[in-house]
Amino acid sequence: MRHILSILVENEPGVLSRVSGLFSGRGFNIETLNVAPTLEDGVSIMTISTVGDEQIIEQIIKQLRKLVTVIKVVDLTEVKNVEREMMLLKVSAEEGKRAEILRIVDVFRCKVVDVGFDELTIEITGTQDKLTALINLMQRFGIKEIARTGAVAMRRSMQ
Amino acid sequence: MELTGAQILLESLGREGVDVFFGFPGGAVIDIYHQIPNYPNLKHVLVRHEQGAIHMADGYARATGKVGVCLVTSGPGATNTVTGIATAYMDSIPVVIITGQVPTPLIGNDAFQEVDIVGITRPCTKHNYLVKDITKLAKTIKEAFFLAQSGRPGPVLIDLPKDLQQQKCVYSYPKKVSMRGYNPHYDPNVKQVRKVAELLCKAKHPVIYAGGGVISSGASKEVTKLAQTYGVPVTATLMGLGCFPGDDPMWLGMLGMHGTYAANHSISNADLILAVGARFDDRVTGKLSEFATKATMVHIDIDPTSIQKNVHVHVPIVADCRLFMEALNKEMAAIVEEGEGCPPKTKWLEQTAEWKAKHPLKYKPAAKGGMIKPQSVVEAIDKITKGDCIIATEVGQNQMWAAQFFNYKLPRTLLTSGGLGTMGYGFPAAIGAQAAFPEKLVIDVAGDGSIQMCIQELATAVCYNLPVKIVILNNGYLGMVRQWQELFYEKNYCNTCMDVAPDFVKLAEAYGAAGFRVTQAKDLEATLKEAFATPKPCIVDVVVDPEENVYPMVPAGKSLTEMILV
Repeated sequence: MRHILSILVENEPGVLSRVSGLFSGRGFNIETLNVAPTLEDGVSIMTISTVGDEQIIEQIIKQLRKLVTVIKVVDLTEVKNVEREMMLLKVSAEEGKRAEILRIVDVFRCKVVDVGFDELTIEITGTQDKLTALINLMQRFGIKEIARTGAVAMRRSMQ
Repeated sequence: MELTGAQILLESLGREGVDVFFGFPGGAVIDIYHQIPNYPNLKHVLVRHEQGAIHMADGYARATGKVGVCLVTSGPGATNTVTGIATAYMDSIPVVIITGQVPTPLIGNDAFQEVDIVGITRPCTKHNYLVKDITKLAKTIKEAFFLAQSGRPGPVLIDLPKDLQQQKCVYSYPKKVSMRGYNPHYDPNVKQVRKVAELLCKAKHPVIYAGGGVISSGASKEVTKLAQTYGVPVTATLMGLGCFPGDDPMWLGMLGMHGTYAANHSISNADLILAVGARFDDRVTGKLSEFATKATMVHIDIDPTSIQKNVHVHVPIVADCRLFMEALNKEMAAIVEEGEGCPPKTKWLEQTAEWKAKHPLKYKPAAKGGMIKPQSVVEAIDKITKGDCIIATEVGQNQMWAAQFFNYKLPRTLLTSGGLGTMGYGFPAAIGAQAAFPEKLVIDVAGDGSIQMCIQELATAVCYNLPVKIVILNNGYLGMVRQWQELFYEKNYCNTCMDVAPDFVKLAEAYGAAGFRVTQAKDLEATLKEAFATPKPCIVDVVVDPEENVYPMVPAGKSLTEMILV
């Protein structure tokens, strides 16, 4: 099963490598990984989505907690959460295709952030499923490039 | 008071109670070495290879329970310690490794003798540091010593660039450490203790399975008390040997691949297993799906990651083993007081005694005038010393025979690389233990293969007159691999025959140590006695039966009861 882990870490050199090295060294999977600073000085938050059975996820969480530079680990899959990912998607958009693409952009409530003679760059935010749906729809026009942030997530206020 | 980085380091080592440390100089640590004469309370042991230094620090730590310290230079000096760091990591041994590093402005430029040792050792240290700010040096050292010996102990490395060793700052050594990401949990949960006590009272076939955690937490007395008071048989892992007296009726012997018949059958038929400070290593469990299938599993460990890692545990307990065992003994006493009592496990004890009597550890004795059996050498050491010595081992057959045929009675009397299985470990570890206990008899049970991996430390032993006794069980083979080739690889002895070896007697003499050779069983005890009485380092080269095997044996991947017996 897929789990989203929210990991609070000391923001010091090597911390990313400690976390990623733990995953590779013990044969765990990282599906997506996102790191950014928090409001607190010297503390960053990592969001990792990973897959594994109960026993593997339990090991991953314990092993992460064992790292000295890891302050806190929360498995957001265990609680109600909001999950979002952002993606930039560059799609071929020659005359004749463009109107159809813009209609899809509309339906998906995403936006065009860059326009070229024969291509469009679209920004979309949503769950993994929504991003996958857009990719599937855009495939027939010819996707040139995508860049995704990986999931970020937060516990919902009302549990 | 302003001190240089080098002075801060040495001053702080003193504050941490370090009396001896092991090292080898080089360009990136000259500044530290320049200061060593100013700290006469810190005895420095100059080794001949950095691997020797880290193993000595490790042996010192295992024998004393204190933190072992080693100091090496950047680049190759640092990488030479990696095997020893991994050895200490696998066996949870507290060591602090100080490595020199090129000056900070050169880091990342592929400078002379530069290596990213923090990157290299990240997966085999408990934690490591690259110090880039002189004002954080004292705090870093304090943290390193705290981390090394608290929670589940382990090696901690500090990489110290040369320019920081020269920079100055006001020195103040912190009294306390606080790290928000590190809070080992020591105290046992009261309800869990009660639950285990009730399980133990109800159990008909209980077994205590003790690991290295019993020794590192100092729980031996409590484990022994529990076992003796309520009649619970005890088995231990290689790392746990010495935590329970080997001559006690409750003692089953070591379990696992080369464990005793009684231990492996007891664990397989147990209805309750108290796993104390052990980690269900594959060499212990054999085929996992058939390991102790009838038992309710209670697992006590300070490290949460050890629990539920390999086997499913019914009662997981994260706690310090000593504190837990103390609490359990109290709880048991309370239950007995309440009148509910803990019925004796008479039938079970009869059964385990029968297993012990049926298949004790044994070997085919040598034919008259035949070659000496390696097991008899270990037995002779046990007999001569009456168990009053520290045994270090190398890795392979020598290690298993040293584990099987010596009666360990006290914790910290066996120094052996259990997890990593590092050949070349024993001799330097023995030197480290000897440096801690100059008056004690320290013996390295070695093979002719592994002794050659750190043999250069003979110079160190002679130089500091650390009179370690090396007893080589010389079979002319890399015996354990040869045994596997014999049993599972059609006797294809590919590259395991060490027919070209030095004359160990002359080698010992060349280094200024004493050398002895034994080829006849009748000379064995007298020669060992003579060597043990010689006040300098000795090699006793015992020529043994070349194709003797370690038995019992559970072939890799088989269940514990599928044992090959003698």
